[in-house]
Amino acid sequence: MPITADHLTYVYGGNKKLKTTAVDDISVSIDDGQFIGLIGHTGSGKTTFLQLLAGLIKPESGTVLIDGEDIFAKNFDLHSIRGKVGIVFQYPEHQLFEETVFKDVCYGPKNLGLSREEIESRANEALRLVGIDEAIFSQSPFELSGGQKRRVAIAGVISMKPKILILDEPTAGLDPAGRKEILGLVSDLCREQKMTIILVSHSMDDVAEYADRILVINDGKLAIDATPREVFNHKEELESFGLSLPQVTKAMVRLKESGIPVNTDAITVDEALNEILRVIK
Amino acid sequence: MFKDVTLGQYYQADSVIHRLDPRVKLAGTFLYMISLFVFNNIICYLVSAILLTAVIILCKIPVGYMLKGLRAVLFIMVFAVVFNVLFTEGDTLFEFWIFHVSLKGIKLALLMVIRLFLLIVSASIMTLTTTPNRLTDGLEMLFRPLKIFKVPVHEFAMMMSIALRFIPILSEEADKIVKAQTARGAKFDSKKLTDRVKSLIPLIVPLFISAFRRAADLALAMEARGYHGGDGRTKLYPLKYAARDYVSYIVLLLYILVIVFLGITFSKLAQVLILYFANTDFGNVLTWLFN
Repeated sequence: MPITADHLTYVYGGNKKLKTTAVDDISVSIDDGQFIGLIGHTGSGKTTFLQLLAGLIKPESGTVLIDGEDIFAKNFDLHSIRGKVGIVFQYPEHQLFEETVFKDVCYGPKNLGLSREEIESRANEALRLVGIDEAIFSQSPFELSGGQKRRVAIAGVISMKPKILILDEPTAGLDPAGRKEILGLVSDLCREQKMTIILVSHSMDDVAEYADRILVINDGKLAIDATPREVFNHKEELESFGLSLPQVTKAMVRLKESGIPVNTDAITVDEALNEILRVIK
Repeated sequence: MFKDVTLGQYYQADSVIHRLDPRVKLAGTFLYMISLFVFNNIICYLVSAILLTAVIILCKIPVGYMLKGLRAVLFIMVFAVVFNVLFTEGDTLFEFWIFHVSLKGIKLALLMVIRLFLLIVSASIMTLTTTPNRLTDGLEMLFRPLKIFKVPVHEFAMMMSIALRFIPILSEEADKIVKAQTARGAKFDSKKLTDRVKSLIPLIVPLFISAFRRAADLALAMEARGYHGGDGRTKLYPLKYAARDYVSYIVLLLYILVIVFLGITFSKLAQVLILYFANTDFGNVLTWLFN
């Protein structure tokens, strides 16, 4: 189920003086099963772009095609894409509301109008995927730890079995272990469940490690669309957008500057390690 | 979802009315409203309308913007008109089923609409031209004498300013939650009422939780910065009367004198006017309006 943005433009503020173009003529096509990393400076229009893709706000002009169908067409029922495009907002645990963890995860599938057995099996599966123990299924979601809450909230979206999963900084405010867990889960969803993933992150290291393709948004425009290695070759351009290189790439650049003849295109810790080993052998 | 509410939101502009001391505006609005209730006749309303028009011109807020805020209370106005017209006993003009329309009813409805209009516009001018902070400062100063009776005036004022400050935050939060739950299949914009009622719980529960969380955080942050209630607390911008404030008080006093005079002598005044215009169409209109 490919998803395509076609000259997508969104403008905030009805007042003429306060108008800001949050998304400015973005055209991009995303194929099935891709892991997309979306990066951009704060206020660059990432979140607005995600909300447009999920059909939660209507664009000023341009449109979004899911499976070739225009989701903003007049007679298109937006409710029908809720099961296809899942979106995990920033701090998704703020949307928990049910009495028990299990019930909360059931909310999405229930809205899709599925049978009771199907709803429960999906909730079970989603909670298992995010690593929530069965012992806390009947607890109140508000009694859980921050990381657990986050995982329950993500399960609430996964249980709808979306083909495309959009995540807006799912690791914000988590400790390193929690971050790794969430990103590992998202990566598994992409590799094993064949979900298309669109991940927004402020961490260059995360997108460098997991994404197949990176979209860089600057000032509402799609500035770069390339593989991680290519993107992180554009050091100066990234810096002009207020972004930086992954920590390991920075370290490699410093090594080279201090006279060690390493290649600076390593973007993950493993690659950097191999490169350093190669040089010192 | 909550963006259409302009009633009561501060509108930035550089005008005399904006610069007035909030105490003047509070007292003025309060007395103005009382005058509308005490003297319920067309001549007094005319004087009130003239004063309000002058204030509207002085405050430099686009009239269209101001009237947009009235849409929220349009329903109440229509409601008042319909009930006054249909259910007032009097010389029946015509009737159908259980309704009878009388001239008296129409007159009452007319007066009611004028009164509501003046009330709401005057109240919204106060909030449009005064920032919430200055408003609560003004309230705190005005009610300070109540401290003698152990009324926690400062605490009330602080609560009010915090509550006002939280309105935009919570409405933004509500917007986010609506989007998140919509993505999970909630039907907020469904035409079916049952769908909409059902989708309220997934909105209200997270909203309340977030409000409590924010309140707790704020309390902690205030205490960490040494807040301990009103005693001995000084202000960064203490309220001070300027010449324009005294002028405003004088205008207000004159207005009240005129209104009271007109209100007391209204019936005599009406007779004089009716006699003067007797046997003309205008005279007939006056007779209807004044009796």
